[in-house]
Amino acid sequence: MNVVATRNFGAPITRNEDARLLTGQALFVDDVELPGMLYAAFLRSNVAHARITSIDVSAARARAGVIAVYTAEDLGDYWAPGPLLVPPPPIKDITFNQRTQVPLAKGKIRHVGEPLAVVLAESRYLAEDALADIAVELEPVPAVTDLENALTDESARVHDDVRGNVAARVRQGRGNYAAVRARADRVIARRFHYDHGCSSPIETRGIVAHWDARANHLTIWDTTQAPVFLRNGLAGMLGLSERQVRVIAPFVGGGFGPKIMLFYPEEVVIPWAAKKLNRPVKWIEDRLEHFFATTQERGQTHDAEIALTADGRILGIRDVFFHDTGAYNPYGLTVPINSQCTLLGPYVIPNYDSAFTAIFTNKPIVTPYRGAGRQHGVFVIERLLDIAAHELKIDRAEIRRRNLIPPDAFPYNNEIIYQDFAPLSYDSGNYEPILDKALELIGYQQFLAEEQPRLRAQGRHVGVGVACYVEGTGIGPYEGARVQVQANGKVGLATGIGTQGQGHFTVFAQIVAEQLGVSVRDVDVVTGDTDQFYWGAGTFASRGAVVAGNAVNEAAKVVRQKILKLAAEHFECAEEDLEIANGEVSVVGVPGQSVKLGALAVKANPMRGAVRPGTEPGLESTQYFGPSGGATASGVHAMIVEVDPQTLTLEVLKYVVVHDCGTVINPLILAGQIHGGVAQGVGNAYYEQLVFDEEGQLLNASLADYLLPTALEVPHMEIAHTVTTSPLNPLGIKGAGEAGAIPVGPLFAQAIEDALGLSDRKIELNEIPLSPARLFELINKPSDAE
Amino acid sequence: MSTETHDITVTVNGTPYRRQVEGRLLLSDFLRHDLLLAGTHVGCEHGVCGACTIIFDGAAVRSCLMFAAQVDGHEIMTVEGLAPDREHLHSLQQAMHECHGLQCGYCTPGILMTMKVFLEETPAPDEAQIREALSGNLCRCTGYQHIVEAVQLAAERQQK
Amino acid sequence: MQLKAEHGDEARFLAGGQSLVPTMNFRLTQPAALIDINPITDLAGVDNGASEHLRIGALTRYRALERDPAIARHVPLMEEALPHIAHPQIRNRGTIGGNLAHADPASEMPAIVLTLGGKLHAQSVRGERWIDAADFFTGALTTALESDEMLTEIELPVAPPRSAACFMEVSRRRGDFAMIGVACVVQIDESGRCSAARIGLCNAGDGPVFAAEASDSLVGTMIDRPAIEAAVALIQRAIDPGGSIHVSKEFQRHLAGVLTGRALTKANERVRREH
Repeated sequence: MNVVATRNFGAPITRNEDARLLTGQALFVDDVELPGMLYAAFLRSNVAHARITSIDVSAARARAGVIAVYTAEDLGDYWAPGPLLVPPPPIKDITFNQRTQVPLAKGKIRHVGEPLAVVLAESRYLAEDALADIAVELEPVPAVTDLENALTDESARVHDDVRGNVAARVRQGRGNYAAVRARADRVIARRFHYDHGCSSPIETRGIVAHWDARANHLTIWDTTQAPVFLRNGLAGMLGLSERQVRVIAPFVGGGFGPKIMLFYPEEVVIPWAAKKLNRPVKWIEDRLEHFFATTQERGQTHDAEIALTADGRILGIRDVFFHDTGAYNPYGLTVPINSQCTLLGPYVIPNYDSAFTAIFTNKPIVTPYRGAGRQHGVFVIERLLDIAAHELKIDRAEIRRRNLIPPDAFPYNNEIIYQDFAPLSYDSGNYEPILDKALELIGYQQFLAEEQPRLRAQGRHVGVGVACYVEGTGIGPYEGARVQVQANGKVGLATGIGTQGQGHFTVFAQIVAEQLGVSVRDVDVVTGDTDQFYWGAGTFASRGAVVAGNAVNEAAKVVRQKILKLAAEHFECAEEDLEIANGEVSVVGVPGQSVKLGALAVKANPMRGAVRPGTEPGLESTQYFGPSGGATASGVHAMIVEVDPQTLTLEVLKYVVVHDCGTVINPLILAGQIHGGVAQGVGNAYYEQLVFDEEGQLLNASLADYLLPTALEVPHMEIAHTVTTSPLNPLGIKGAGEAGAIPVGPLFAQAIEDALGLSDRKIELNEIPLSPARLFELINKPSDAE
Repeated sequence: MSTETHDITVTVNGTPYRRQVEGRLLLSDFLRHDLLLAGTHVGCEHGVCGACTIIFDGAAVRSCLMFAAQVDGHEIMTVEGLAPDREHLHSLQQAMHECHGLQCGYCTPGILMTMKVFLEETPAPDEAQIREALSGNLCRCTGYQHIVEAVQLAAERQQK
Repeated sequence: MQLKAEHGDEARFLAGGQSLVPTMNFRLTQPAALIDINPITDLAGVDNGASEHLRIGALTRYRALERDPAIARHVPLMEEALPHIAHPQIRNRGTIGGNLAHADPASEMPAIVLTLGGKLHAQSVRGERWIDAADFFTGALTTALESDEMLTEIELPVAPPRSAACFMEVSRRRGDFAMIGVACVVQIDESGRCSAARIGLCNAGDGPVFAAEASDSLVGTMIDRPAIEAAVALIQRAIDPGGSIHVSKEFQRHLAGVLTGRALTKANERVRREH
């Protein structure tokens, strides 16, 4: 193999994209300014469930500066419920009732914030003024907010024809739980509540649509994580060919999942309005709107049971849970399926019976948010193991160790169907070293034996927690990339996915640089522009580096071959005699015999002569990569926490992450992803909660009351890695985007219980989020802990 | 509602601008859409996230909580004024780059302006002081750790 | 003054804007006019001239108070509370007058001013008057200011000899409104007995709370553990906290007890250490 002298892969290379971002010169959607642009504001329902009696927009239309006001009626045939983005996986005997969101409400309102009308005006301020002119008559209907209540015949119906508000019923399993339960030494059953929150990126959503009637072309800037799908869908809806539509996801200020939800009402209405009015239209989401207009995750209630032997080995698990899917279910079953699958964790669980009911409620739509339902499942298994450890008098780390899947058991087939429609198979893994490393770094033995007793004697309440998880990452369907050496010697790279801060401009450049012997700085990356790359799925489910990264690698490999072939012809030597480094190809051991890549590129695209049939001009290749299944990443988090027993405030004294995501492309960027995930996990565990009342009103729709953790709440984190490469892709990498967020909930519950000695007081923390107020309730009134 | 306008002359990044502004125009919107200095970002418009932080008469303030009409005769620095160009970054920007203190970059301008003033007032801060100074800027991507490292690095370099 | 008299409640004074402008951005408050008083620089500043009182202009920014040595020396209770108020960027613009006139029951400064027994100066076209802190805060987000009045100055007693103060709060995150905050000042005589005590709380009612009975109960004691526990019990009985989505009333009552105990213990340590 030819030697590549520049070493990029695995190096902590600083980012190509930073200078623009640091100097305020990076384009975000709200930075787009177009002549004649109009600004949109949406009138949103302030009740959760109501029939619409009338909407009178005449006064709004009459206001100076208002160009148009539209309701569902005005959309005519264009009005339609959105497509089902993710159909249910091929699981036997599923019940699934598809009910997707609509562009503007017609007949009925189903959640607070659902849009009723849109105003287009000369300024954002005027558009918002005009909202007050719109007269809406609503007939409120009882709101469906409680999951168990929703299933009864007496409950109101979110969708009039969906009995019991059942969005789906799914049951999956393996083995025979009932049989092993009968012979178990110990059976432990508990109810768990897990609530996840809203993504709250610092940049809210936004869209600018520009219809150029003369060019017959629509350009859309959108904060989307899936520009290609958005282009395809909007072209279809608007009766345009795909070539007439360009979707650009420029710099996006954080995605985290909800920006991959597609055909949001605003995304459907704004381009239509731009086309109708023949003027560019901009809509930027308010922070207030974000709390109900953008999708979020919420809660599940699990009745789970674990059957064990006396020495703590898991015989089986049964879990029945309710999942709140919100008013509509465009994203299918991804979130609860992830909960169902990820509950199995890194453990041998030979018998599993899991059933869930997804329930419509009069609350905003639930779609994946970093972790995408995995948190809920991981909480259940980790808590069951903690409770089992306590009852069986086995150390918490030890009981986990005893159940870990051994390293020779891979690929390990859990049989049930995962979100990628394939059986849940773990491709590779080696879990015990991760646990060992985490215990070593947190000083587990020493803490329990010496430090904790010593600090307790001083009156300090400190505790340790350990939590394990696996994460199926890097799923299909596919991604693609085009690599091209340009005349100036720089390499152009385009891929269909978008970037919301994950460092794609650098990580993908590293992959190209590794193959083509150029500097990372000389690789010019374009992501998220459908005119630059036509095909792709999007940035989600921790798959960007794995799937797009491998596509980049495949394309770069082909270009490398073309370079070597052309250079070999040029130098009249064998390809094995060549090396590519520092942007040029040279003959090994013959100084002076070298040609720059740019010159080769020119040679490959001659103005005269002939390009042989069967070959392509230039030094370019487009390749696609679609993995056969997800690559399973894994990790262990450990934490030492101190709790003030009087105020129940806490301080994290030490936080450790040991993580395995296979081959690491850029450890600096990877660390950033883990830090960010943990920070969101900390928010989820102890600070963030969407508080809805019984009428479906969100009581804390502002950043003053929805508590995102600051630099004072997120601890310093120590990170270590192990590497088990994935056999499912040539680079051996696994995804890492969501990992940090997944096990933090059970970690907090376990560590706080340990700090306050709650197990001995027969108090269990079986819910997330926790908070000082909630701990106070649970500790002081254990019988009320429902 | 009255839409009377106000004449203002404001110096931004050393350049004086004369404009007529509506009374209720927020300073953040004025900077971004009138002066086309879009580096200052808007995250919440209720003064919590800090993305819109600029330097007003030498102090770090939320531009979403001020009106353009208020800045007549005053001096403002935005992120565009930190460095002469992309090749000559301010030590804070350079440190943020080296320490990977930004991911999506949306909160970054607000953090840069806050930290610039902070380091001028507290040239040799410890980690606790940095985290406290940073607590008025929300970041959803980085978990803050690399930002803290960047500020420490910039502080060390500025001291030399 | 003239403009305010003309427009009454349709116009609002714009000082720091850190409380007013968010509500305007939410369109919860939509005044027809704003009277920008920021250029009236006379209204800002700390007057240290009198020996027993300190006068602070209403337009003084919190940041200026943080930096002013007169505050640290003469009003240690305020100095300790200032870092808990929001964040530095907010304190760069936010003014003490604006914060007091906004009168959020969870806000720290109203409780500080009430605990210290301060006086607030109001001015209008009709004249001027001094209002005792005890009469100033009339309810959640309401004060004794008439619709044509502006708060211009705050007068606070200088810390007397042989006294010490302590401010403590519990909040979800630093800078958030307090779930409960306790402010206390204690003074001892030559024999070490408590000669005066004042305890106030924020977020314990629909305005700042001055715990008169608990404060009086400490006079004559050595501010020892039994005396503190008695004061704590009185406070827990006296307050009527409203609860919120972040904290139940029971938890607020519990926290009020915890913080009162801790703050009094600390103030007691300080007063005996320094004298």
